Amino acid sequence: MADGIIVRQLNAWFGALHVLRDIDMAIDPGGVTAIIGPSGCGKSTFIRCLNRMHEVVPGARAQGQVLLNGDDLYGPGVDPVQIRRRIGMVFQKPNPFPTMSVFDNVAAGLKLDGVRNHAHLDEWVERALRHAALWDEVKDELGKSGASLSGGQQQRLCIARALAVRPEVLLMDEPCSALDPIATAKIEELIVELKKDLTIVIVTHNMQQAARVSEATAFFLLGEMVEFDKTPRIFTNPRDKRTEDYITGRFG
Amino acid sequence: MRAGFRRGVNAMMAGLTAFAAFLVILPLLLILAFLVYQGASAVNLDFFTQLPKPVGEPGGGMANAIVGTLTLIGLASCLGLPLGILGGIYLAESRDRRLPWTIRFLADVLNGVPSIVIGIFAYTIVVLPMRRFSALAGGFALAVIMLPIVLRTTEELVRLVPASLREAALALGIPEWKVILRVVLPTARAGIITGVMVSVARIAGETAPLLFTAFGNRFWHHGLLQPIAALPLQIFAYAIAPYDDWHRQAWAGALVLIMMIFLSSLVARIVTRGRYSGLR
Repeated sequence: MADGIIVRQLNAWFGALHVLRDIDMAIDPGGVTAIIGPSGCGKSTFIRCLNRMHEVVPGARAQGQVLLNGDDLYGPGVDPVQIRRRIGMVFQKPNPFPTMSVFDNVAAGLKLDGVRNHAHLDEWVERALRHAALWDEVKDELGKSGASLSGGQQQRLCIARALAVRPEVLLMDEPCSALDPIATAKIEELIVELKKDLTIVIVTHNMQQAARVSEATAFFLLGEMVEFDKTPRIFTNPRDKRTEDYITGRFG
Repeated sequence: MRAGFRRGVNAMMAGLTAFAAFLVILPLLLILAFLVYQGASAVNLDFFTQLPKPVGEPGGGMANAIVGTLTLIGLASCLGLPLGILGGIYLAESRDRRLPWTIRFLADVLNGVPSIVIGIFAYTIVVLPMRRFSALAGGFALAVIMLPIVLRTTEELVRLVPASLREAALALGIPEWKVILRVVLPTARAGIITGVMVSVARIAGETAPLLFTAFGNRFWHHGLLQPIAALPLQIFAYAIAPYDDWHRQAWAGALVLIMMIFLSSLVARIVTRGRYSGLR
Protein backbone atom coordinates (compact mmCIF):
# COMPACT_ATOMS: atom_id res chain seq x y z
CA MET A 1 0.00 0.00 0.00
CA ALA A 2 2.59 2.51 1.08
CA ASP A 3 4.48 3.28 -2.06
CA GLY A 4 5.73 6.75 -1.10
CA ILE A 5 5.63 9.77 -3.34
CA ILE A 6 5.86 9.42 -7.09
CA VAL A 7 6.42 12.56 -9.13
CA ARG A 8 5.84 12.47 -12.89
CA GLN A 9 6.56 15.26 -15.35
CA LEU A 10 6.19 18.01 -12.77
CA ASN A 11 6.53 21.54 -14.13
CA ALA A 12 6.10 24.79 -12.21
CA TRP A 13 5.97 28.44 -13.13
CA PHE A 14 6.02 31.85 -11.46
CA GLY A 15 4.10 33.89 -14.02
CA ALA A 16 6.00 33.34 -17.27
CA LEU A 17 9.11 32.08 -15.49
CA HIS A 18 9.51 28.34 -15.87
CA VAL A 19 11.16 27.28 -12.59
CA LEU A 20 10.77 23.49 -12.60
CA ARG A 21 11.17 21.37 -15.72
CA ASP A 22 9.89 17.83 -16.16
CA ILE A 23 10.79 16.47 -12.75
CA ASP A 24 10.43 12.69 -12.37
CA MET A 25 11.16 11.22 -9.00
CA ALA A 26 10.14 8.32 -6.77
CA ILE A 27 10.53 9.01 -3.06
CA ASP A 28 10.54 5.89 -0.91
CA PRO A 29 8.19 5.77 2.06
CA GLY A 30 9.90 6.23 5.42
CA GLY A 31 13.38 7.64 5.58
CA VAL A 32 14.76 10.99 4.57
CA THR A 33 15.20 12.36 1.07
CA ALA A 34 17.41 15.44 0.77
CA ILE A 35 17.18 18.00 -2.01
CA ILE A 36 20.37 19.94 -2.63
CA GLY A 37 21.39 22.53 -5.17
CA PRO A 38 22.42 26.16 -5.50
CA SER A 39 20.05 29.01 -4.64
CA GLY A 40 17.33 29.52 -7.20
CA CYS A 41 17.54 25.99 -8.59
CA GLY A 42 13.90 25.27 -7.74
CA LYS A 43 14.36 22.98 -4.75
CA SER A 44 12.02 24.96 -2.48
CA THR A 45 9.51 25.26 -5.29
CA PHE A 46 9.73 21.52 -5.76
CA ILE A 47 8.79 20.64 -2.19
CA ARG A 48 6.13 23.36 -2.17
CA CYS A 49 4.59 21.56 -5.13
CA LEU A 50 4.38 18.37 -3.07
CA ASN A 51 1.80 19.85 -0.67
CA ARG A 52 0.33 22.30 -3.16
CA MET A 53 1.71 25.32 -1.34
CA HIS A 54 3.36 26.56 -4.54
CA GLU A 55 0.04 27.75 -5.95
CA VAL A 56 -0.55 29.93 -2.87
CA VAL A 57 1.80 32.54 -4.32
CA PRO A 58 -0.03 34.87 -6.72
CA GLY A 59 0.83 34.04 -10.32
CA ALA A 60 2.33 30.65 -9.48
CA ARG A 61 1.11 27.43 -11.05
CA ALA A 62 2.17 23.83 -11.34
CA GLN A 63 1.39 21.00 -13.73
CA GLY A 64 2.11 17.31 -13.68
CA GLN A 65 1.41 14.35 -11.48
CA VAL A 66 2.29 13.81 -7.83
CA LEU A 67 1.10 10.53 -6.35
CA LEU A 68 1.03 10.04 -2.60
CA ASN A 69 0.43 6.35 -1.88
CA GLY A 70 -1.39 6.18 -5.17
CA ASP A 71 -3.57 9.31 -4.84
CA ASP A 72 -2.92 12.01 -7.43
CA LEU A 73 -2.50 15.28 -5.54
CA TYR A 74 -3.12 17.26 -8.72
CA GLY A 75 -6.07 15.18 -9.81
CA PRO A 76 -9.38 16.85 -10.68
CA GLY A 77 -11.51 17.77 -7.67
CA VAL A 78 -8.70 17.25 -5.18
CA ASP A 79 -8.88 19.75 -2.32
CA PRO A 80 -5.46 21.21 -1.48
CA VAL A 81 -6.63 21.65 2.13
CA GLN A 82 -6.99 17.88 2.49
CA ILE A 83 -3.58 17.35 0.86
CA ARG A 84 -1.89 19.65 3.35
CA ARG A 85 -3.34 17.68 6.25
CA ARG A 86 -1.54 14.61 4.94
CA ILE A 87 1.70 16.42 4.11
CA GLY A 88 3.03 18.74 6.81
CA MET A 89 5.59 21.46 6.26
CA VAL A 90 8.29 23.20 8.26
CA PHE A 91 9.69 26.46 6.93
CA GLN A 92 13.07 28.11 6.76
CA LYS A 93 12.37 30.70 9.43
CA PRO A 94 10.58 29.51 12.58
CA ASN A 95 7.06 30.94 12.29
CA PRO A 96 5.02 30.21 15.42
CA PHE A 97 1.70 32.08 15.63
CA PRO A 98 2.55 35.14 17.73
CA THR A 99 -0.93 35.53 19.20
CA MET A 100 -1.02 31.97 20.52
CA SER A 101 0.52 30.17 23.48
CA VAL A 102 2.89 27.22 23.09
CA PHE A 103 -0.06 24.87 23.65
CA ASP A 104 -2.34 26.63 21.19
CA ASN A 105 0.39 26.72 18.56
CA VAL A 106 0.67 22.95 18.66
CA ALA A 107 -3.09 22.51 18.94
CA ALA A 108 -3.82 25.00 16.13
CA GLY A 109 -4.19 22.45 13.35
CA LEU A 110 -6.51 20.30 15.47
CA LYS A 111 -8.53 23.12 16.99
CA LEU A 112 -9.10 24.83 13.67
CA ASP A 113 -10.24 21.48 12.31
CA GLY A 114 -12.93 21.44 14.95
CA VAL A 115 -11.42 19.24 17.68
CA ARG A 116 -12.96 20.49 20.93
CA ASN A 117 -12.32 17.61 23.31
CA HIS A 118 -9.83 18.89 25.90
CA ALA A 119 -8.56 15.49 26.93
CA HIS A 120 -7.80 14.65 23.30
CA LEU A 121 -6.12 17.99 22.71
CA ASP A 122 -3.99 17.65 25.84
CA GLU A 123 -2.94 14.17 24.83
CA TRP A 124 -2.15 15.02 21.22
CA VAL A 125 -0.31 18.21 22.07
CA GLU A 126 1.86 16.38 24.58
CA ARG A 127 2.54 13.60 22.11
CA ALA A 128 3.49 16.07 19.38
CA LEU A 129 5.76 18.04 21.72
CA ARG A 130 7.46 14.85 22.92
CA HIS A 131 7.81 13.75 19.33
CA ALA A 132 9.49 17.07 18.53
CA ALA A 133 11.80 16.69 21.57
CA LEU A 134 10.50 19.90 23.08
CA TRP A 135 8.20 18.59 25.81
CA ASP A 136 10.76 18.60 28.63
CA GLU A 137 11.74 22.20 27.90
CA VAL A 138 8.24 23.66 27.75
CA LYS A 139 5.97 21.38 29.79
CA ASP A 140 5.83 23.87 32.67
CA GLU A 141 5.11 26.88 30.52
CA LEU A 142 2.63 25.74 27.92
CA GLY A 143 0.68 28.94 28.47
CA LYS A 144 3.54 31.20 27.52
CA SER A 145 3.73 32.90 24.14
CA GLY A 146 5.16 30.73 21.37
CA ALA A 147 7.19 33.71 20.19
CA SER A 148 9.03 33.92 23.52
CA LEU A 149 10.94 30.68 22.95
CA SER A 150 14.48 30.64 21.54
CA GLY A 151 14.97 30.23 17.79
CA GLY A 152 15.77 26.52 18.00
CA GLN A 153 12.84 25.89 20.34
CA GLN A 154 10.57 27.84 18.03
CA GLN A 155 11.59 25.65 15.12
CA ARG A 156 10.90 22.50 17.14
CA LEU A 157 7.57 24.07 18.14
CA CYS A 158 6.80 24.45 14.43
CA ILE A 159 7.74 20.81 13.91
CA ALA A 160 5.44 19.81 16.78
CA ARG A 161 2.68 21.93 15.25
CA ALA A 162 3.10 20.10 11.94
CA LEU A 163 3.22 16.69 13.67
CA ALA A 164 0.09 17.30 15.75
CA VAL A 165 -2.19 16.78 12.75
CA ARG A 166 -0.39 13.45 12.17
CA PRO A 167 0.74 13.83 8.58
CA GLU A 168 2.12 10.98 6.48
CA VAL A 169 4.88 13.15 5.05
CA LEU A 170 6.89 16.03 6.51
CA LEU A 171 8.45 18.58 4.17
CA MET A 172 11.28 20.68 5.58
CA ASP A 173 12.44 23.75 3.71
CA GLU A 174 15.95 24.54 4.99
CA PRO A 175 14.75 24.07 8.58
CA CYS A 176 18.15 24.83 10.11
CA SER A 177 19.35 27.76 8.05
CA ALA A 178 18.27 30.30 10.68
CA LEU A 179 19.66 28.30 13.61
CA ASP A 180 22.99 28.03 15.40
CA PRO A 181 25.02 24.78 15.26
CA ILE A 182 23.70 23.44 18.59
CA ALA A 183 20.07 23.98 17.65
CA THR A 184 20.87 22.53 14.22
CA ALA A 185 22.31 19.39 15.81
CA LYS A 186 19.12 18.98 17.87
CA ILE A 187 16.92 19.28 14.79
CA GLU A 188 19.09 16.74 12.97
CA GLU A 189 18.79 14.25 15.84
CA LEU A 190 15.08 14.85 15.72
CA ILE A 191 14.94 14.15 11.97
CA VAL A 192 16.71 10.85 12.50
CA GLU A 193 14.14 10.01 15.21
CA LEU A 194 11.13 11.12 13.12
CA LYS A 195 11.99 9.16 10.00
CA LYS A 196 10.98 5.98 11.78
CA ASP A 197 7.32 6.99 11.43
CA LEU A 198 7.30 9.48 8.60
CA THR A 199 8.51 10.16 5.11
CA ILE A 200 10.69 13.26 5.28
CA VAL A 201 11.77 15.44 2.38
CA ILE A 202 14.29 18.08 3.37
CA VAL A 203 15.71 20.94 1.34
CA THR A 204 19.14 21.96 2.55
CA HIS A 205 22.01 24.17 1.57
CA ASN A 206 24.25 22.27 3.87
CA MET A 207 25.72 19.25 2.12
CA GLN A 208 27.10 17.76 5.33
CA GLN A 209 23.58 17.89 6.68
CA ALA A 210 22.24 16.07 3.64
CA ALA A 211 24.98 13.46 4.03
CA ARG A 212 24.28 13.04 7.76
CA VAL A 213 20.51 12.68 7.77
CA SER A 214 19.35 11.37 4.42
CA GLU A 215 19.17 8.02 2.68
CA ALA A 216 18.59 9.48 -0.77
CA THR A 217 19.67 12.78 -2.26
CA ALA A 218 18.51 14.70 -5.32
CA PHE A 219 20.63 17.37 -6.94
CA PHE A 220 18.73 20.18 -8.63
CA LEU A 221 20.20 22.74 -11.01
CA LEU A 222 18.41 25.49 -12.94
CA GLY A 223 15.01 23.92 -12.44
CA GLU A 224 16.03 20.44 -13.50
CA MET A 225 16.77 17.38 -11.48
CA VAL A 226 20.29 16.44 -12.46
CA GLU A 227 20.72 13.35 -10.36
CA PHE A 228 18.82 11.36 -7.77
CA ASP A 229 20.38 8.42 -5.99
CA LYS A 230 21.35 6.90 -2.67
CA THR A 231 23.07 9.56 -0.59
CA PRO A 232 26.46 7.81 -0.28
CA ARG A 233 26.57 7.34 -4.02
CA ILE A 234 25.78 11.02 -4.71
CA PHE A 235 28.53 12.18 -2.40
CA THR A 236 31.20 9.65 -3.30
CA ASN A 237 30.59 8.63 -6.85
CA PRO A 238 28.14 10.87 -8.69
CA ARG A 239 27.25 9.96 -12.24
CA ASP A 240 26.91 13.50 -13.51
CA LYS A 241 29.81 15.91 -13.90
CA ARG A 242 27.64 18.83 -12.66
CA THR A 243 26.81 17.00 -9.44
CA GLU A 244 30.46 16.33 -8.86
CA ASP A 245 31.34 19.98 -9.49
CA TYR A 246 28.70 21.10 -7.04
CA ILE A 247 29.51 18.76 -4.18
CA THR A 248 33.22 19.43 -4.51
CA GLY A 249 32.48 23.14 -4.27
CA ARG A 250 33.49 24.10 -7.77
CA PHE A 251 30.36 26.21 -8.27
CA GLY A 252 27.20 27.22 -6.46
CA MET B 1 38.94 65.97 18.47
CA ARG B 2 36.94 64.26 15.66
CA ALA B 3 35.18 62.08 18.21
CA GLY B 4 34.32 65.14 20.28
CA PHE B 5 32.82 66.82 17.25
CA ARG B 6 30.83 63.72 16.35
CA ARG B 7 29.46 63.44 19.87
CA GLY B 8 28.52 67.09 19.81
CA VAL B 9 26.60 66.68 16.56
CA ASN B 10 24.95 63.54 17.92
CA ALA B 11 23.79 65.32 21.08
CA MET B 12 22.50 68.23 19.05
CA MET B 13 20.50 66.06 16.65
CA ALA B 14 19.14 63.93 19.50
CA GLY B 15 18.02 67.10 21.22
CA LEU B 16 16.48 68.44 18.02
CA THR B 17 14.43 65.29 17.37
CA ALA B 18 13.23 65.20 20.99
CA PHE B 19 12.25 68.86 20.73
CA ALA B 20 10.33 68.20 17.49
CA ALA B 21 8.51 65.29 19.11
CA PHE B 22 7.58 67.53 22.03
CA LEU B 23 6.32 70.25 19.67
CA VAL B 24 4.01 67.71 18.06
CA ILE B 25 2.14 67.03 21.30
CA LEU B 26 2.32 70.63 22.50
CA PRO B 27 -0.92 71.69 20.76
CA LEU B 28 -2.77 68.83 22.46
CA LEU B 29 -1.42 69.84 25.86
CA LEU B 30 -2.35 73.48 25.24
CA ILE B 31 -5.86 72.56 24.07
CA LEU B 32 -6.37 70.40 27.16
CA ALA B 33 -5.08 73.09 29.48
CA PHE B 34 -7.24 75.72 27.84
CA LEU B 35 -10.36 73.55 27.98
CA VAL B 36 -9.79 72.71 31.63
CA TYR B 37 -9.19 76.39 32.43
CA GLN B 38 -12.33 77.56 30.61
CA GLY B 39 -14.68 74.65 31.05
CA ALA B 40 -13.85 72.73 34.21
CA SER B 41 -15.93 75.06 36.36
CA ALA B 42 -19.09 74.15 34.41
CA VAL B 43 -18.50 70.39 34.53
CA ASN B 44 -20.54 69.05 37.43
CA LEU B 45 -23.09 66.34 38.07
CA ASP B 46 -25.87 68.46 36.52
CA PHE B 47 -23.90 68.69 33.32
CA PHE B 48 -24.14 64.92 32.89
CA THR B 49 -27.72 64.46 34.15
CA GLN B 50 -29.73 67.56 33.21
CA LEU B 51 -31.26 68.78 29.99
CA PRO B 52 -30.30 72.26 28.75
CA LYS B 53 -32.24 74.99 30.56
CA PRO B 54 -34.23 77.61 28.61
CA VAL B 55 -32.52 80.91 27.87
CA GLY B 56 -32.11 83.00 30.99
CA GLU B 57 -32.34 80.17 33.50
CA PRO B 58 -28.93 79.32 34.93
CA GLY B 59 -27.57 75.75 35.24
CA GLY B 60 -28.72 72.77 33.24
CA GLY B 61 -26.54 70.27 31.42
CA MET B 62 -25.96 68.40 28.22
CA ALA B 63 -27.10 64.92 29.21
CA ASN B 64 -29.15 64.61 26.01
CA ALA B 65 -26.19 65.63 23.85
CA ILE B 66 -23.84 63.16 25.57
CA VAL B 67 -26.31 60.33 25.05
CA GLY B 68 -26.93 61.62 21.54
CA THR B 69 -23.26 61.57 20.62
CA LEU B 70 -22.89 58.04 22.00
CA THR B 71 -25.98 56.95 20.06
CA LEU B 72 -24.69 58.48 16.84
CA ILE B 73 -21.28 56.85 17.30
CA GLY B 74 -23.02 53.54 17.97
CA LEU B 75 -25.17 53.84 14.84
CA ALA B 76 -22.21 54.85 12.70
CA SER B 77 -20.15 51.95 14.07
CA CYS B 78 -22.91 49.42 13.38
CA LEU B 79 -22.88 50.49 9.74
CA GLY B 80 -19.26 51.47 9.26
CA LEU B 81 -17.21 48.92 11.18
CA PRO B 82 -18.46 45.65 9.66
CA LEU B 83 -18.36 47.11 6.15
CA GLY B 84 -14.99 48.75 6.66
CA ILE B 85 -13.33 45.73 8.24
CA LEU B 86 -14.74 43.21 5.76
CA GLY B 87 -13.85 45.49 2.87
CA GLY B 88 -10.35 46.00 4.25
CA ILE B 89 -9.86 42.24 4.42
CA TYR B 90 -10.98 42.01 0.80
CA LEU B 91 -8.53 44.71 -0.29
CA ALA B 92 -5.65 42.99 1.50
CA GLU B 93 -6.44 39.41 0.55
CA SER B 94 -7.85 39.65 -2.95
CA ARG B 95 -5.73 38.23 -5.72
CA ASP B 96 -7.44 40.45 -8.23
CA ARG B 97 -5.52 43.63 -8.96
CA ARG B 98 -7.77 46.10 -10.73
CA LEU B 99 -10.86 46.16 -8.52
CA PRO B 100 -8.96 46.54 -5.21
CA TRP B 101 -6.83 49.26 -6.81
CA THR B 102 -9.95 51.15 -7.85
CA ILE B 103 -11.63 50.75 -4.47
CA ARG B 104 -8.47 51.85 -2.67
CA PHE B 105 -8.22 54.94 -4.85
CA LEU B 106 -11.88 55.85 -4.40
CA ALA B 107 -11.69 55.27 -0.64
CA ASP B 108 -8.82 57.72 -0.45
CA VAL B 109 -10.86 60.22 -2.43
CA LEU B 110 -13.83 59.66 -0.10
CA ASN B 111 -11.51 60.23 2.84
CA GLY B 112 -10.69 63.63 1.40
CA VAL B 113 -14.28 64.71 0.73
CA PRO B 114 -15.16 67.59 3.09
CA SER B 115 -17.50 66.39 5.81
CA ILE B 116 -20.09 69.04 4.96
CA VAL B 117 -20.43 67.48 1.52
CA ILE B 118 -21.03 64.12 3.13
CA GLY B 119 -23.70 65.84 5.23
CA ILE B 120 -25.41 67.09 2.08
CA PHE B 121 -25.17 63.60 0.60
CA ALA B 122 -26.83 62.07 3.67
CA TYR B 123 -29.43 64.84 3.58
CA THR B 124 -30.25 63.99 -0.03
CA ILE B 125 -30.48 60.24 0.26
CA VAL B 126 -31.79 59.79 3.82
CA VAL B 127 -33.38 62.98 5.12
CA LEU B 128 -35.31 63.99 1.99
CA PRO B 129 -36.90 60.58 1.24
CA MET B 130 -37.84 60.13 4.89
CA ARG B 131 -39.00 63.74 5.14
CA ARG B 132 -37.41 64.16 8.55
CA PHE B 133 -34.13 64.85 10.30
CA SER B 134 -33.17 61.82 12.32
CA ALA B 135 -30.53 60.11 14.39
CA LEU B 136 -30.42 57.51 11.63
CA ALA B 137 -29.45 60.11 9.04
CA GLY B 138 -26.74 61.46 11.36
CA GLY B 139 -25.41 57.96 12.01
CA PHE B 140 -25.38 57.30 8.27
CA ALA B 141 -23.40 60.47 7.55
CA LEU B 142 -20.85 59.61 10.24
CA ALA B 143 -20.60 56.04 8.97
CA VAL B 144 -19.68 57.36 5.51
CA ILE B 145 -16.89 59.42 7.09
CA MET B 146 -15.73 56.46 9.14
CA LEU B 147 -15.73 53.91 6.31
CA PRO B 148 -12.60 54.85 4.35
CA ILE B 149 -10.54 55.20 7.53
CA VAL B 150 -11.54 51.76 8.83
CA LEU B 151 -11.22 50.24 5.36
CA ARG B 152 -7.69 51.48 4.77
CA THR B 153 -6.31 50.81 8.27
CA THR B 154 -7.73 47.28 8.25
CA GLU B 155 -6.17 46.70 4.85
CA GLU B 156 -2.76 48.02 5.93
CA LEU B 157 -2.75 45.98 9.14
CA VAL B 158 -3.89 42.76 7.47
CA ARG B 159 -1.17 43.30 4.89
CA LEU B 160 1.42 43.69 7.66
CA VAL B 161 0.76 40.17 8.93
CA PRO B 162 3.80 38.26 7.66
CA ALA B 163 3.17 35.91 4.75
CA SER B 164 5.07 33.26 6.71
CA LEU B 165 2.24 33.02 9.29
CA ARG B 166 -0.36 32.67 6.57
CA GLU B 167 1.72 29.94 4.93
CA ALA B 168 2.28 28.16 8.23
CA ALA B 169 -1.47 28.02 8.77
CA LEU B 170 -2.28 27.00 5.19
CA ALA B 171 0.36 24.28 5.35
CA LEU B 172 -1.45 22.81 8.37
CA GLY B 173 -4.39 22.13 6.10
CA ILE B 174 -6.51 24.96 7.45
CA PRO B 175 -8.96 26.42 4.91
CA GLU B 176 -8.18 29.96 3.82
CA TRP B 177 -11.22 31.60 5.45
CA LYS B 178 -10.28 30.07 8.81
CA VAL B 179 -6.69 31.18 8.34
CA ILE B 180 -7.89 34.75 7.88
CA LEU B 181 -10.37 34.58 10.76
CA ARG B 182 -8.27 32.74 13.34
CA VAL B 183 -4.67 33.58 12.49
CA VAL B 184 -4.45 36.73 10.37
CA LEU B 185 -7.12 38.84 12.09
CA PRO B 186 -6.02 38.06 15.67
CA THR B 187 -2.47 38.98 14.70
CA ALA B 188 -3.65 42.30 13.27
CA ARG B 189 -6.28 42.84 15.97
CA ALA B 190 -4.55 45.45 18.12
CA GLY B 191 -3.73 47.57 15.09
CA ILE B 192 -7.21 47.31 13.65
CA ILE B 193 -8.72 48.38 16.96
CA THR B 194 -6.37 51.36 17.04
CA GLY B 195 -7.64 52.27 13.56
CA VAL B 196 -11.22 51.88 14.72
CA MET B 197 -10.55 54.19 17.68
CA VAL B 198 -9.00 56.78 15.38
CA SER B 199 -12.11 56.70 13.21
CA VAL B 200 -14.40 56.92 16.26
CA ALA B 201 -12.44 59.90 17.55
CA ARG B 202 -12.71 61.51 14.16
CA ILE B 203 -16.50 61.17 13.89
CA ALA B 204 -17.14 62.00 17.55
CA GLY B 205 -16.13 65.57 16.89
CA GLU B 206 -17.77 66.02 13.47
CA THR B 207 -20.23 68.90 13.44
CA ALA B 208 -20.89 69.87 9.84
CA PRO B 209 -22.44 66.59 8.60
CA LEU B 210 -24.82 66.57 11.58
CA LEU B 211 -26.19 70.07 10.95
CA PHE B 212 -28.79 68.89 8.46
CA THR B 213 -29.02 65.21 9.34
CA ALA B 214 -29.19 64.68 13.10
CA PHE B 215 -30.16 68.34 13.31
CA GLY B 216 -29.83 68.65 17.09
CA ASN B 217 -32.48 68.56 19.76
CA ARG B 218 -32.82 70.49 23.03
CA PHE B 219 -34.67 67.58 24.60
CA TRP B 220 -34.36 63.81 24.82
CA HIS B 221 -34.89 62.14 21.51
CA HIS B 222 -37.69 59.61 21.08
CA GLY B 223 -36.47 56.86 18.82
CA LEU B 224 -33.89 56.87 16.08
CA LEU B 225 -36.27 58.44 13.58
CA GLN B 226 -36.31 61.72 15.49
CA PRO B 227 -33.79 64.55 15.49
CA ILE B 228 -31.11 63.92 18.09
CA ALA B 229 -28.72 66.13 20.04
CA ALA B 230 -24.97 65.75 19.72
CA LEU B 231 -22.14 67.34 21.69
CA PRO B 232 -20.48 69.06 18.73
CA LEU B 233 -23.83 70.54 17.63
CA GLN B 234 -24.61 71.72 21.14
CA ILE B 235 -21.13 73.19 21.51
CA PHE B 236 -21.57 75.01 18.22
CA ALA B 237 -24.99 76.37 19.20
CA TYR B 238 -23.81 77.48 22.64
CA ALA B 239 -20.53 78.97 21.44
CA ILE B 240 -22.23 81.33 18.97
CA ALA B 241 -24.92 82.36 21.49
CA PRO B 242 -24.50 85.71 23.26
CA TYR B 243 -24.67 84.39 26.85
CA ASP B 244 -21.62 83.93 29.09
CA ASP B 245 -23.25 81.02 30.87
CA TRP B 246 -23.72 79.20 27.56
CA HIS B 247 -20.13 79.91 26.57
CA ARG B 248 -18.94 78.22 29.75
CA GLN B 249 -21.17 75.24 28.98
CA ALA B 250 -19.77 75.08 25.45
CA TRP B 251 -16.25 74.89 26.90
CA ALA B 252 -17.40 72.21 29.30
CA GLY B 253 -18.96 70.28 26.41
CA ALA B 254 -15.70 70.41 24.49
CA LEU B 255 -13.81 69.22 27.55
CA VAL B 256 -16.21 66.30 28.07
CA LEU B 257 -16.03 65.35 24.38
CA ILE B 258 -12.23 65.28 24.47
CA MET B 259 -12.20 63.28 27.69
CA MET B 260 -14.63 60.75 26.19
CA ILE B 261 -12.35 60.25 23.21
CA PHE B 262 -9.26 60.12 25.40
CA LEU B 263 -10.73 57.55 27.79
CA SER B 264 -12.10 55.30 25.07
CA SER B 265 -8.74 55.31 23.29
CA LEU B 266 -7.02 54.48 26.55
CA VAL B 267 -9.43 51.66 27.36
CA ALA B 268 -9.07 50.25 23.85
CA ARG B 269 -5.30 50.31 24.21
CA ILE B 270 -5.37 48.50 27.54
CA VAL B 271 -8.01 45.96 26.54
CA THR B 272 -6.17 45.05 23.34
CA ARG B 273 -2.78 44.78 24.94
CA GLY B 274 -3.49 41.06 25.31
CA ARG B 275 -1.21 38.37 26.62
CA TYR B 276 0.64 37.80 23.41
CA SER B 277 1.26 40.82 21.28
CA GLY B 278 0.50 40.71 17.62
CA LEU B 279 1.12 43.81 15.55
CA ARG B 280 0.46 47.23 16.99
